[in-house]
Amino acid sequence: MVATPEKQTPANKQYRVIGTRPLRPDGTDKVTGRAAYGADVKLEGLLYGQVLRSPHAHARIKSINTKKAEALPGVKAVVTAQDFPPPPPGSINLGESTANFQFLKDNLLASTKALYHGHAVAAVAAVDLHTAEDALALIEVQYEPLPHVVDVREAMLDSAPVLHDSLRTQIRAAGIAPRPDRPTNVASHMRLQKGEIEKGFAEADVVIEREFETSMFHQGYIEPHTSTAYWNKDGEVSIWTSSQGPFGVRGQVAALLQLPVSKVHVTPMEIGGGFGGKIPTYLDPITALLSRKSGRPVKVAMTREAVFEGTGPTSATFSRVKIGAKKDGTLTAAQVYLAYGAGAFPGSSVGAGAMCALAPYVIPNTQIDGLDVVVNRPKTEAYRAPGAPAAEFGVEAVMNELAERLDIDPLELRLKNIASEGALNASGQPWGKIGAREVVMAMKEHQHYNSELQGEHVGRGVALGFWFNGGMESASSAKTNDDGTVSLILGSVDIGGSRASLAMQLAETLGVPYEAVKPKVVDTDSVGFTMVTGGSRTTFAGGWVAYELGVQIRGKLVERAARIWEVPVDQVSYGDDGVIRGPKDAEGKERKLAFTEIAGQLARTGGQIAVSASVSKNTQGAAFAGHIVDLKVDTATGKVDVLRYTAVQDVGTAIHPSYVEGQIHGAVAQGIGMALLEEYVYGADGRLQNASFLDYRMPTTLDVPMIETVLVEVPNPGHPYGVRGVGEVPIVPPQGAIQAAVYDAIGVRFQHTPMSPRVILDELLPDGG
Amino acid sequence: MSHIVINTTINGEATEFLADERDSLLEALRERVGLTGAKEGCNNGNCGACAVILDGRLVNSCCVMAAEIEGSQITTVEGLAQRDHLSPLQQTFLEDAALQCGICTPGFLVASHALLAQNPDPTEHEVRFWLAGNLCRCTGYDKIVRAVLHTAEQMRKA
Ligand code: FES
Ligand code: FES
Repeated sequence: MVATPEKQTPANKQYRVIGTRPLRPDGTDKVTGRAAYGADVKLEGLLYGQVLRSPHAHARIKSINTKKAEALPGVKAVVTAQDFPPPPPGSINLGESTANFQFLKDNLLASTKALYHGHAVAAVAAVDLHTAEDALALIEVQYEPLPHVVDVREAMLDSAPVLHDSLRTQIRAAGIAPRPDRPTNVASHMRLQKGEIEKGFAEADVVIEREFETSMFHQGYIEPHTSTAYWNKDGEVSIWTSSQGPFGVRGQVAALLQLPVSKVHVTPMEIGGGFGGKIPTYLDPITALLSRKSGRPVKVAMTREAVFEGTGPTSATFSRVKIGAKKDGTLTAAQVYLAYGAGAFPGSSVGAGAMCALAPYVIPNTQIDGLDVVVNRPKTEAYRAPGAPAAEFGVEAVMNELAERLDIDPLELRLKNIASEGALNASGQPWGKIGAREVVMAMKEHQHYNSELQGEHVGRGVALGFWFNGGMESASSAKTNDDGTVSLILGSVDIGGSRASLAMQLAETLGVPYEAVKPKVVDTDSVGFTMVTGGSRTTFAGGWVAYELGVQIRGKLVERAARIWEVPVDQVSYGDDGVIRGPKDAEGKERKLAFTEIAGQLARTGGQIAVSASVSKNTQGAAFAGHIVDLKVDTATGKVDVLRYTAVQDVGTAIHPSYVEGQIHGAVAQGIGMALLEEYVYGADGRLQNASFLDYRMPTTLDVPMIETVLVEVPNPGHPYGVRGVGEVPIVPPQGAIQAAVYDAIGVRFQHTPMSPRVILDELLPDGG
Repeated sequence: MSHIVINTTINGEATEFLADERDSLLEALRERVGLTGAKEGCNNGNCGACAVILDGRLVNSCCVMAAEIEGSQITTVEGLAQRDHLSPLQQTFLEDAALQCGICTPGFLVASHALLAQNPDPTEHEVRFWLAGNLCRCTGYDKIVRAVLHTAEQMRKA
């Protein structure tokens, strides 16, 4: 029988609210269909837009003729790249990525060259969607097709077609040989180095070196991108959008349209998933331009096909991993080479991949190279622990092979080399308090790991994963209300329960019930600058702000109580139970006022209290995860069934355990998709072959089992409530764990993902089937 | 642009509206009737976010033409709750944290509602089989499947 635990006492005894599972404040609207997402925006006089996309992987745009489209009755505006002002120099920090304005503009609407199949070239606005679609067919684009390259290794060859004539390799570390001054697709080369790898490998008894490939994966959020804009007659631009970062949208729109940020007003609508993919902007500057031209509000919602073809998935990657160990399992050296396809413009997540690759282990001698390579595919963007799954997949696969070669239990091998407080990471920095060892111990002791596997062609695998977790800038404000509640005003969009997790941290700080905090997500004019909801930073940095707001309110309430009681402030204190206590009165009775009582008196004793706070944190809440998977391979069809899955993770402090579990469940399912099902398939013509949910096979209810979560809590000392951020790291281990389990089941070590039925059958059937 | 008049019953209310001949039922509901609870995730029958119940049958409204529904009875997510309280499925989805971003939730609720109407005691596999046409990218389905089973159990007890 499946029952959900009715756990209302906090798991973590030290807290009153943290660790409980209250209902989310936006929940009723979301189960009744009332919650307003980007596509639900309706304005008087609204026009509907559509975007025309390149059918070619690489082509020079010789001309674009929009006359016929403009003449179609019902069409109110057509825009192309010509309608943008020249972009400003420099780039904008979007939290999980940085966007160079020239590239950003060229990606929004191609000007001289289309760089991938699906690259936007023009957009129209019309009285309804059907008319807009008809108009697209009337736009005449003359293309001169050019040779293309979609494979990252081919793109690095001297003979490869070059995407950008201006591109030269940026060398980002000492010791890397400079490259000749001629156009290249290799945008940058970075290196992390520690110790002496040659010496390290010489000390090893066993050295294993393998090459790996991972496919391009899409974040696969169910809500396509949307944007609605209205360019008012006074030059003020309002935008309603589903984005992970409304302030990032404001910055990008302002820069690309050369407006002061104060003239751009961004209202974040409810967002139907993002996973990193809704940080960059694809539509907002276009809807704004269409609105300026037409004088009416314009909404554009992408089709699913456009989402696959034109928005940013992960990199397809190539990697080489070499690890050396002594007979007893002590690792002596590791060398990792990562080449990530960035898509049509530089800026893959190879840097983050490089920093994560070896993070779970202490290895004295390491070298990690990371290359960022442009290819004729959509510009890649952040996707949950960006860069880490591909980098750690190869490392975990080699670790599992080493364990077998050395005849050591794979978890023992990891324990022997596990990262711990004070040890140096690959960048040479010492680790703070981390829970890597605790995670592996919990895996080892788990019933799953010690259970017997039964049946034919079944296998078990394990893998670890690491992600930093971001900090960065967040701001909020809060005010007290007469009825004993507090309004919490947020700049972070709520993608999966952050209204609740932030309200809980403020309630904890004030010692009031969760229900007494009323969170609200507001537009960019109504709250201080807040970075994206992404990188697992919201509960961390937003929680810091909530804590600071609480501390400020406590201080002000203490002052107020002192005034009411006419006693010195230093004799008044605020208890964690939400009760303010003062010295005994003349009759010897203790003076006390509960939060609710004093809130009701505030209006009469000097006014309500309003506070605001912002934090900018560069600290990290390093998180480790370890997964155990059992699966069965159907040797007749090549299909893999995941039978059992256990995800262990150091979550710091689980603020709302249900949402922590939910984050892990979702990430594991996405990781299973990467390992077994999902991939971008390109034809010889460089066109994407599978831009639909039918052909880009994301896991369904039948592809995943129930996923058991084990929450290890090693509180982060760098946060008032020990938060680490939980959403990213659980997508890291699945590919490695599943690769090992497939090997255990059928004796084949695949070195690429996905291990789809076709790939597995090719291996099992004589002559490749 | 030629428009047609359509008469139907939506969530128990007689509803008359004008639609473009090319409108799908999903477009008509969202753009003409103003019921935006059904969501568009793919517009070609692959995600279930647009699920509604049409004359007792669970359908993806993006794959039905508006012109086909003349005289039909339609239930959307907006029609699941009672006047002043949520339906048992809605309540359980909320309590059991079966939603994260919530974009797939209307489709899962409508589909699960249709399932429980014809099978009040489904097994986990039956739930998974029935919901295989609904995609969710946030939850890994774990808490959704549990919430449906949990609701069925509560409804049997009630
Ligand atoms: S929108 Fe109808 S099935 Fe996806
Ligand atoms: S909750 Fe986001 S897609 Fe299901």
